[in-house]
Amino acid sequence: MNLIFDPWPWYVGGFVIAVVLFLLLFSEKQFGMSSNLRTLCAMAGAGKKTAFFNFNWRQYRWNLIVAIGAAVGGFLAANYMTDGTVGAIHKDVVVQLNAMGVHGAGENYMPKTFFSTDAFSNPKILTLLALGGFLVGFGTRYAGGCTSGHAISGLSNLQLQSLIAVIGFFIGGLLMNHFLLPHLL
Amino acid sequence: MKRVFLYFFIGILFGITMIKSEAASWFRIYEMFQFKSFHMYGIIGTAVALGVVLTQAIKRFKLRSFFGEEIHIPSKTKLVKAPLFGGIVFGLGWALTGACPGPIYVLIGAGYFPILIVFASALLGTYCYGILKPHLPH
Repeated sequence: MNLIFDPWPWYVGGFVIAVVLFLLLFSEKQFGMSSNLRTLCAMAGAGKKTAFFNFNWRQYRWNLIVAIGAAVGGFLAANYMTDGTVGAIHKDVVVQLNAMGVHGAGENYMPKTFFSTDAFSNPKILTLLALGGFLVGFGTRYAGGCTSGHAISGLSNLQLQSLIAVIGFFIGGLLMNHFLLPHLL
Repeated sequence: MKRVFLYFFIGILFGITMIKSEAASWFRIYEMFQFKSFHMYGIIGTAVALGVVLTQAIKRFKLRSFFGEEIHIPSKTKLVKAPLFGGIVFGLGWALTGACPGPIYVLIGAGYFPILIVFASALLGTYCYGILKPHLPH
């Protein structure tokens, strides 16, 4: 196994995420990426009209730096840390997705249907991306956290409400994946 | 100033991990919700198992941070409806776009530019929540 160029197995990925949590906690910060969306709204001046965004966003600048670093890390990994291979996707999933018109599972990192630049000229795909993004932004703030804030940080702190949130993530995710997505595509 | 570099480095490590572990891959999220692979459960499970040990050790032994202060881990509020309803809404979006709020930044950097649509509408979604918050059950 080559850790630079090969896709990482789950235990390496999980371990490094725990290292990220460790580094943030020992820097007196928390691991939670969705709060950046609120910070950005506050930065843009949303606090003038809405109490929820009326806070000193400067105290959360550190998390925006983490987000910028995440983009740089994504750039580095996607361009210099891969030989183009991706991990195998279960064959049933590949067959199922092909039937739905989503190709490239196990061959490409992302489905071209959604994430190639062609998507910009496809009104249906643009609508789905916009709808999905809206739900992500609305839902994470309503829930008070996302996969990092609730599933990783919150469960690590044995918080009941984070367990409730993760159960919610799966109720919504299973509904979309099994019942809605096949009709939307 | 030094701390800025620390946060930047943590972000880079996170971004690399999201790409290399494929946790930012739409296909992996789809496969997870189909229960066809252990991969995503393994990633989150490993992180949480180590995270529990780490977090409980910090609390029990009152460990000090890199800067010498006692580490304070805030507990989220004891709400039930908000995490459940909000979680369901987020789950719908997660399964559709394959993107959590962290991987959104990672995928922008990786050059999957349609994710910018997801990013912009996630900001709009957060803004709308802020407006509607007083009228929603928490």
